[in-house]
Amino acid sequence: MATAEVAHHDHHDHHPTGLMRWVTTTNHKDIGTLYLIFAFIMFLLGGAMALVIRAELFQPGLQVVDPHFFNQMTTVHALVMVFGAIMPGMVGFANWQIPLMIGAPDMALPRLNNWSFWILPFAATLLMSSFLTGGGGPAAGWTLYAPLTIQGGMGVDLTIFAVHMLGVSSVLGAINIIVTVFNMRAPGMHFMKMPLFVWTWLITAFLLIAVMPVFAGAVTMLLTDRHFGTAFFDPAGGGDPVLFQHIFWFFGHPEVYIMILPAFGIISAIIPTFSRKPLFGYTSMVLAVAGIAFLSFIVWAHHMFTVGMPLVGEIYFMYATMLIAVPTGVKIFNWVATMWRGSMTFETPMLFGVGVVFLFTIGGLSGLMLGITPADFQYHDTYFVVAHFHYVLFSGSAMAMMGGTYYWLPKWTGHMYDEKLGKWHFWLTSIFFNIAFFPQHFLGLAGMPRRIPDYALQFTEFNVISSIGAFGLGITQLLFGYIVYKCIKGGEKATSEVWDNPEGLEWTLPSPPPYHTFETPPVVK
Amino acid sequence: MKADSSKANRKIVIRLLVLTVFMFGFGYALVPLYDTFCIAFGLNGKTGVTDNRTAAAKGIDETRWVTVQFTSHTAVGLPWEFKPVQKSIKVRPGQVMDAAYFAKNKTTRPIVGRATYSVAPSQAAVHFKKTECFCFTNQKLLANEEKDMPVRFVIDANLPKEIHTVTLSYSFFNAEKYLSEQEQLKLSEQVEIGAGTEKRI
Repeated sequence: MATAEVAHHDHHDHHPTGLMRWVTTTNHKDIGTLYLIFAFIMFLLGGAMALVIRAELFQPGLQVVDPHFFNQMTTVHALVMVFGAIMPGMVGFANWQIPLMIGAPDMALPRLNNWSFWILPFAATLLMSSFLTGGGGPAAGWTLYAPLTIQGGMGVDLTIFAVHMLGVSSVLGAINIIVTVFNMRAPGMHFMKMPLFVWTWLITAFLLIAVMPVFAGAVTMLLTDRHFGTAFFDPAGGGDPVLFQHIFWFFGHPEVYIMILPAFGIISAIIPTFSRKPLFGYTSMVLAVAGIAFLSFIVWAHHMFTVGMPLVGEIYFMYATMLIAVPTGVKIFNWVATMWRGSMTFETPMLFGVGVVFLFTIGGLSGLMLGITPADFQYHDTYFVVAHFHYVLFSGSAMAMMGGTYYWLPKWTGHMYDEKLGKWHFWLTSIFFNIAFFPQHFLGLAGMPRRIPDYALQFTEFNVISSIGAFGLGITQLLFGYIVYKCIKGGEKATSEVWDNPEGLEWTLPSPPPYHTFETPPVVK
Repeated sequence: MKADSSKANRKIVIRLLVLTVFMFGFGYALVPLYDTFCIAFGLNGKTGVTDNRTAAAKGIDETRWVTVQFTSHTAVGLPWEFKPVQKSIKVRPGQVMDAAYFAKNKTTRPIVGRATYSVAPSQAAVHFKKTECFCFTNQKLLANEEKDMPVRFVIDANLPKEIHTVTLSYSFFNAEKYLSEQEQLKLSEQVEIGAGTEKRI
């Protein structure tokens, strides 16, 4: 029924062809594709920088790059991955999936949508052009801590402007998502019937609007400190560098949930399909996401236990941090309960789904270790922290996006991807990922500091292992690009359901869906 | 129908934009909020302040001694010699005490500096009260000028019993960047006067 209706609208899809199609498009599917391609390019770029870091750390001593360039690599790698790969990638999923999932013909504000994407390439160019300036790119770490960023060269200014643009882009994207979810749901699509991916993105969008402006404010303060005589962070003028850390992490902690919550949404779509059971505890999942979002605002100072806070403050931030384990535990429990006694099969998306649940939990547990104030004094700024956030950001967010890509790629392209290669991609990714990052736990516990291009000899073996894993991981992602390319070009025709009786409105559409979908809203029972 | 939905969209967009602007302002509001917190909890050198009378009014705890150690630090860009006159002093909690730092401008031009200070351990910070201090205000040293900078402080009797040693640490920064143009001009005029004085000697 729905299929026939959609087919009827098929001949309406007039749009410019060639390059101008992509520049002028206001179609949510086109913009979703643009976001995903941009995110993948940034992912490879940021990955290349990570390999420069790992090449330098392959052996003790200085071999490959000089320390200043090394610092630029750690800084820009993180900025590119956070603001260039993961956030835009998730927005790409939101663009493709939210209208399809809630039965809307498009995003609510399509022109704004075009603009929020096209800001990104310019912001990225600005960030990259900082390498061409005299002092090189930003080298103070992605957290841009003052007073180091007050002292840097022009590269820091370019970074500040890039952050402003990225902030505008994501706030506009977030506004669009909220308006779409509030106003464009098909009749009968009540809030508590929305797929969890839509829920997680709705909450993420609110987080973005709440904290991106704070970050924009923080970097603006840096800018005026650098050039316009203010002294927010410079003690010589009566400021305080620790203030920057507070403002930064007031943004920074919700920011890490901005990166992981949509991943939770993707996992919550994949696991029920391949367990052939509805998602366990839907309501508790929604409440858990809301709970995590709320808690994210009141725990920021656990990133800065060592700055010299009063004991009461440290204890408060420790307990508040521990509290996050409760809603997160609810989610992990619900995913496992969804799989429990399901007729599970392990196609590539499910492999990624289960992999994420397993590996993200490791990252969550190391996060709890870091949240314990007295222990954090030992772990702070060591490779233990690096291992922790790669377990939540790579094997959480990035691998969830890979799983989501395999899950919805047949729907988007109309072709099945190469299952055999997909499985290779999963196994190589997760094995190399663990080779690269698991030893970093040991390095951190043994005291190797992060963001240092050289290290003491006793850390050599684990660093060698880690570097080998990192290069394997990097090369494997080229395979991912090839699989997606091959799937776009052709392959076995996908049915409209693609998988075995999956839940959701997107599966009522043909694969690939026509350019315009749900112009007549579907009826949700 | 279409006009309806665009009106509804606009309503939400405006609200969200207001929220965006509000949160941008909130980022700035964190600055005074942070100062308030620092004063309340004695953070980052923003320790207790008191006046001579209140300090004297409280009793002296004769049952114990507290060692106060003094350290100093000069930031890059401030060519001053800066060190405590005394390495450490023993005081009774409640006793008003005088100490001093020695500062010398090692150049032949006047320089304005500004100091911050902090107290370790942090639990002691709120109990460490100054009645006189050269911190957080601009201090000017003329060419080759040297000066003792006094600190008058009192450790209140509520200092936790397990704390026997308190370290007072001062950092001096070059504050010329933060002078107004007029002040900078005035300072450069003093260069010549300073230089002239030297010649006469």
